[in-house]
Amino acid sequence: MATVSTSEFRGGLKVMIDGNPCSIIENEIVKPGKGQAFNRVKLKSLVAGKVLERTFKSGESVERADVHEEEYQYSYSDGDLFYFMHQESFEQIGADAAAMGDTEKWLKGQEICLVTLWDGNPISITAPNFVELEITETDPGLRGDTSGGGGKPATLETGAVVRVPLFVSEGEVIKVDTRSGEYVSRVKD
Amino acid sequence: MKREQLRERATFISALRAFFSERDILEVDTPLLSSSTTPDPAIESIITTNAHYLQTSPESFMKRLLAEGSGSIYQLAPAFRAEEMSPIHNAEFLLLEWYRPGFTMEQLMAEVEELVSNFVDIPSIEQMTVAEAFESVGVKDLLDTDAKTLKEYALAMGLPSADEMELDWDGWIDYFMVLLIQPRFAHAAIFLTHYPASQAALARLSPEDSRVAERFELLLNGIEIANGFRELTDAKEQRTRFEKELEKRRVLNMDEVPLDEELLQALASGMPECSGVAVGVDRLMMISQGKDTIQEVMPFSIEVA
Repeated sequence: MATVSTSEFRGGLKVMIDGNPCSIIENEIVKPGKGQAFNRVKLKSLVAGKVLERTFKSGESVERADVHEEEYQYSYSDGDLFYFMHQESFEQIGADAAAMGDTEKWLKGQEICLVTLWDGNPISITAPNFVELEITETDPGLRGDTSGGGGKPATLETGAVVRVPLFVSEGEVIKVDTRSGEYVSRVKD
Repeated sequence: MKREQLRERATFISALRAFFSERDILEVDTPLLSSSTTPDPAIESIITTNAHYLQTSPESFMKRLLAEGSGSIYQLAPAFRAEEMSPIHNAEFLLLEWYRPGFTMEQLMAEVEELVSNFVDIPSIEQMTVAEAFESVGVKDLLDTDAKTLKEYALAMGLPSADEMELDWDGWIDYFMVLLIQPRFAHAAIFLTHYPASQAALARLSPEDSRVAERFELLLNGIEIANGFRELTDAKEQRTRFEKELEKRRVLNMDEVPLDEELLQALASGMPECSGVAVGVDRLMMISQGKDTIQEVMPFSIEVA
């Protein structure tokens, strides 16, 4: 079992906390004037997504988490699992709803996603930073209003709802930033 | 580092020297290399290829001078500790250390306050014993607690990792110190005094209450700036403490260090009653100049050294 000492702690390092893989967000060394030094650490649980705070005696070791990311192409869902195919080996894996989170709302199929694997199992899926999707439903914009201030809600073909400028209409394809969930531009054919 | 910043550092250091020369305190320079070092398990010394240690502070040599009758002395010298870099730690840093024969701890604290107020705009520095500081964060009667009670306090307060933390009494005190006490004084200037006897370091125990030592720290914005003692002059007691620390090093599987026999001899030969203090110059400079890290006030930090 690979362990890692507090002296190697840095942002992004993946360690096991209470049996769950976590990613270190912040590591601060704190010392009294004399005596025992500690590391105050903020971590993000990679399964639950929660942020945790932990304190370690400096020099202590913790188990390293066997976590890495790989690119997979989204294939389909059978209602139970979401299936992805590895880009080189063509190996297929199934992610459950917990791993999928709300990433599902950006995917219609064929997108290349970043899959976080823990001991070979998918624990979280990251959509491409930008996706292009068709608007299936939105109110007609007011004529002459091109300011874009405020905007209106639009439902996309995957079910996601984003705010779009008033001049954008149903049937158009738009580019969305999945990290912020914001409209970027119209996509012209 | 820009010339302007170099000038600021130079001005700061000459102001420190002026402070001491006005008071007729003699500047001394002692070796950076020594055949012995502190056995304190919290301090990792750097050893050289010729089996000498780079000093972690000039304390031992300065005490040997005091025992020879030097009178009041000060020193500005680099100190070295094998420790990780942080915004307030750098393996090499500048230490200001001075000793005042005949001074009580309180008199020396007053002098530290005079010095510091030349550089930092503070109305006055509050004083609080370590037990009072613990009381202020909800830990009652610190000196009557044990490791178990302190752990219960930590659990009740929901402090991070309190349940899995295995510490002795001193370890728990350190834990509260960094998690509660330092943050509580993050915007204050305070002297913490009368550390528990087990954390006396080289301070004498209080004649009024042997559960505490005449040791103080100055915290500015929650950061330790100075650590001072009414110095322990009893060679026998000092030997016992050193041996305890050596034993602790063995338990912790740390490198053994040779006992500082010269210092013990100096104490035995009759070091005068005195108080002494060490100030982290880079930290004081950082706060004085409103910087966030000591590396910003150093011409070269360890990362680029």
